[in-house]
Amino acid sequence: MNAYHAHEQETQRYHHRLLAAGVFVFLGLVVLAARLYVLQVERHDYFRTRAEGNRIALLPIVPHRGSIVDRNGTVLARNYAAFTLEITPSLTLKGLEETIDELGGLITIEARDRRRFHKLLAESRKFESVPIRTRLSDEEVARFIAQRYRFPGVEVQARLFRDYPQGTAASHIVGYIGRINDKDVERIEERGETANYRNTEYIGKSGVEASYEARLHGTTGTEQVEVNASGRAVRQLSSIPAAVGADLELSIDMNLQKMAEAAFGTRRGALVAIEPSTGGVLAMVSTPTFDPNLFVDGISSQDWQALNDSPDHPLLNRAIYSAYPPGSTFKPFMALAGLTSGKRTTSQAIADPGYFNFGGHRFMDDKVGGHGLVNLHKSIVVSCNTYYYMLANDLGIDGIASFMTQFGFGARTGLDLPGEAEGVLPSPEWKRRRFRNPAQQRWYGGETISVGIGQGYNAYTPIQMANALAALVNGGLQFHPHVVRYVIDARSGERRMVEPEPMRHIALAPEHIRAVLQGMEDVNKVGTGARAFAGAPYTSGGKTGTAQVYSLRGGRYLGRANERLRDHSWFIAYAPAEQPKIALAVLVENGGFGAASAAPIARQVMDFYLLGQIPGQPAAEDPEAEDSGAEDGGDAGEISE
Amino acid sequence: MNRHLFHPVILLRALLRPIDPVLMLVLACLLGYAVVLMSSASPERIESQLTHMALAVAAMWIVAFIPSQRLLAMGLPCYVFGIALLLAVLLFGDISKGAQRWLNIGVARIQPSELMKIAMPLMLAWFFQKREAHIGWREFIAAGVLLAVPVAMIAKQPDLGTALLVAAAGLYVIFFAGLSWKLIVPVVVIGITGIVAIVAFGDTLCQPDSVWPGIRDYQKQRVCTLLDPTRDPLGKGFHIIQSTIAIGSGGLFGKGWMQGTQTHLSFLPERHTDFIFAVLAEEFGLLGALFLLLIYFVLIARGLYIAAIALTLGTQLLAGAVTMIFFTYVLVNMGMVSGILPVVGVPLPFISYGGTALVTLCLGLGILMSIRRDKLAHKR
Repeated sequence: MNAYHAHEQETQRYHHRLLAAGVFVFLGLVVLAARLYVLQVERHDYFRTRAEGNRIALLPIVPHRGSIVDRNGTVLARNYAAFTLEITPSLTLKGLEETIDELGGLITIEARDRRRFHKLLAESRKFESVPIRTRLSDEEVARFIAQRYRFPGVEVQARLFRDYPQGTAASHIVGYIGRINDKDVERIEERGETANYRNTEYIGKSGVEASYEARLHGTTGTEQVEVNASGRAVRQLSSIPAAVGADLELSIDMNLQKMAEAAFGTRRGALVAIEPSTGGVLAMVSTPTFDPNLFVDGISSQDWQALNDSPDHPLLNRAIYSAYPPGSTFKPFMALAGLTSGKRTTSQAIADPGYFNFGGHRFMDDKVGGHGLVNLHKSIVVSCNTYYYMLANDLGIDGIASFMTQFGFGARTGLDLPGEAEGVLPSPEWKRRRFRNPAQQRWYGGETISVGIGQGYNAYTPIQMANALAALVNGGLQFHPHVVRYVIDARSGERRMVEPEPMRHIALAPEHIRAVLQGMEDVNKVGTGARAFAGAPYTSGGKTGTAQVYSLRGGRYLGRANERLRDHSWFIAYAPAEQPKIALAVLVENGGFGAASAAPIARQVMDFYLLGQIPGQPAAEDPEAEDSGAEDGGDAGEISE
Repeated sequence: MNRHLFHPVILLRALLRPIDPVLMLVLACLLGYAVVLMSSASPERIESQLTHMALAVAAMWIVAFIPSQRLLAMGLPCYVFGIALLLAVLLFGDISKGAQRWLNIGVARIQPSELMKIAMPLMLAWFFQKREAHIGWREFIAAGVLLAVPVAMIAKQPDLGTALLVAAAGLYVIFFAGLSWKLIVPVVVIGITGIVAIVAFGDTLCQPDSVWPGIRDYQKQRVCTLLDPTRDPLGKGFHIIQSTIAIGSGGLFGKGWMQGTQTHLSFLPERHTDFIFAVLAEEFGLLGALFLLLIYFVLIARGLYIAAIALTLGTQLLAGAVTMIFFTYVLVNMGMVSGILPVVGVPLPFISYGGTALVTLCLGLGILMSIRRDKLAHKR
């Protein structure tokens, strides 16, 4: 009985335990169901979005960059496909160095490649592949592919590279592209182009490559793909193709450009040749030049140092960035100012004693004893300083400044290249802005006199000189100069012309222009340009100029040690005189007198452009012999009116 | 009699006699589910899993024929054999994924710790039945020692999931044997307090330099990852994040069979084994998941019913413990996959890929059927 009771009790307790277990099970299942409800119903939208985000990736399709050709179709910049060997550091199993060492056993990897790799690695984002070698040969590709299993994280990629087949020629115009750096990223963000530059690695850094970046780059397409957990695209869902960048046709004539560059030889300087009727730049030289191909793969530090530390500053585009005092090339514009203002007429003449006294200072003419009676025409032909000292005094600095502003002196021309300098058109107002010290801010009357002959503070870039001359020979109509003529839609082939954009139409009397041009034509016939233009089968006008670098106070140049202290040599010219097709400005740094070194270059360029002739031999540079005679025009004094 | 035995109908009836139709139906549903899910998650493994299924069902059948008292009597030899195998694993076992769990017996690789899940309750149930008349504190201490030895050996492999299940199996037996609530309640209270504390102070406790006494670093990482999966989204948190995304994105009706993006694009880890429930929830939605819960509920309810009608103390304890092991599998696996329990290697019962676990589970079913058959025979 007891035992039975005990057993009954046991069983009852056991059943209670089973009940407790049942309750536990029930509660557990309810908790699970509740959790599932939360995940699958309440938070379903959130998780669905997460799952879609997991699944779908937008891959950018980088467009091909447009190519650049000159006006004859000569290729200046193009793309070519090449194989590169790339390492994704996060995927390599062994150490990076070890991997590279092993790769070196298959494929030539030079110290230069390693240095560049580490430089690029430091700049790259996480999980990005970084090239260790570019331009693999077919044989190298085959060798690597056969051993690929040994190198996880290393891949051969076909990539497009930029190539500048003309090498150093026109490099300042074409510019170059380089890898996008932090500054570029900022600029892209400012332009709101971040999306368009996804996966783009290169961007125009200088020249047309930079100024037409938006057109050359094209529009990045997108591909919507389904990706798996390792990020590999499994299938394409939709895609918007990339729109290739536009091709550019320059107004530059490469034959002319190369010829002009050759004419400079080893001399530093700049040349700008403009088509006056459109503002199109025919040639733009800045010597020395550089090879833009050096920049494409990321320039090596040695190459960069060589370019950057050279005293000749090859990367500098002198044609638009360096401003030089115009010297006597300023005189035709001064003459025009005199006529337009009514302070001078063509028939008025002054008596030139060889100097001009102002404020207790004697301003000298180049010719001792003076040029005698000098009218406007003669003042240009013989480059008479005294005439312009007096004219400057009569016009006053404000009169000069306001007239010269019309020609674009001291202001950017709006050329379609980056990095243009303003230059300096001096005026009392400019001085106030330029200097802090009140003593320096004051304008002195004597400074006006210096400005009258193109010395003193004024300084203009060669493009400004060429464009001012173009306006002069074009009857006062001035265009924004441009180097790109056509923007060509690469897919439709549609050529959109870069319209000549009138900058301004300067109100000038045709007879005043005629009088000044007459003087410039006679410079090339009997004046300081006569020697360079002797025997030219076309008519032309010109004006020499000398920009003082360092005042010798009547002394003479002493040997080559002082080469960089020598005056800069200017020459501005146009041809044919009846209907000018070309207006140019030439500057040779430390070239001495304009007639000696700059004018012969102008003659060669004109011959080539107008006659299609390759010049027989470059003019000899012989500044020592020319030092004393050419500029003051010893023979010009005999010219009869 | 012998003549009749070979009559097809009688033979079939004889063969089917030990089979419990409810458990059989539940098993059929679960294995059917397994095939459907496996063909989506990992179709190349279907064939080998079908082999496992055939083996497991055969094992269940055989066990169902064995009288339950004879099964209980096998408790001691099974336990000793299991301990020996565990020792062998510790000495000569194969190492897989950083843990030494496998014993290569020539024809196949088996996980001895898995067999312990059955051997453990058998052993303890047999022990308590043997000492039925004098169950007191000595018996409970002895049971505790019998339990602690293999659990410690398995935890040392290390295999926290299996150790947990074996421990649970033993504890269920002890619980049903009548361990005083006075001992159970404090332990449960301390446990719950501990969990609450970990959740509340997780950020401090999970600092990299903090050391938890007696806990391995990877185990600490798992708990910390559960508390905040975003701590390590590409490493240890990846499993939990991706499985909750899979479950949540499934919604009410699911994305459809073979349409689970998380599953088919490999975002879901271990999708054919421990995380197969996420495949179900993603492709069949809340409805599919609740249906599975319902099947498990039927399974457990039937198991508890059999436990209630069992005749002897040993079979009572055995049936209750085996049933509660099934439930523990379900709770731990689903809790882990849905992100409310830490990631421990516990399969979804009858559905996850793997032969040893399936055989073990079916042996459990066979034991339940055997105990039920005893009752039927007794009635007659």
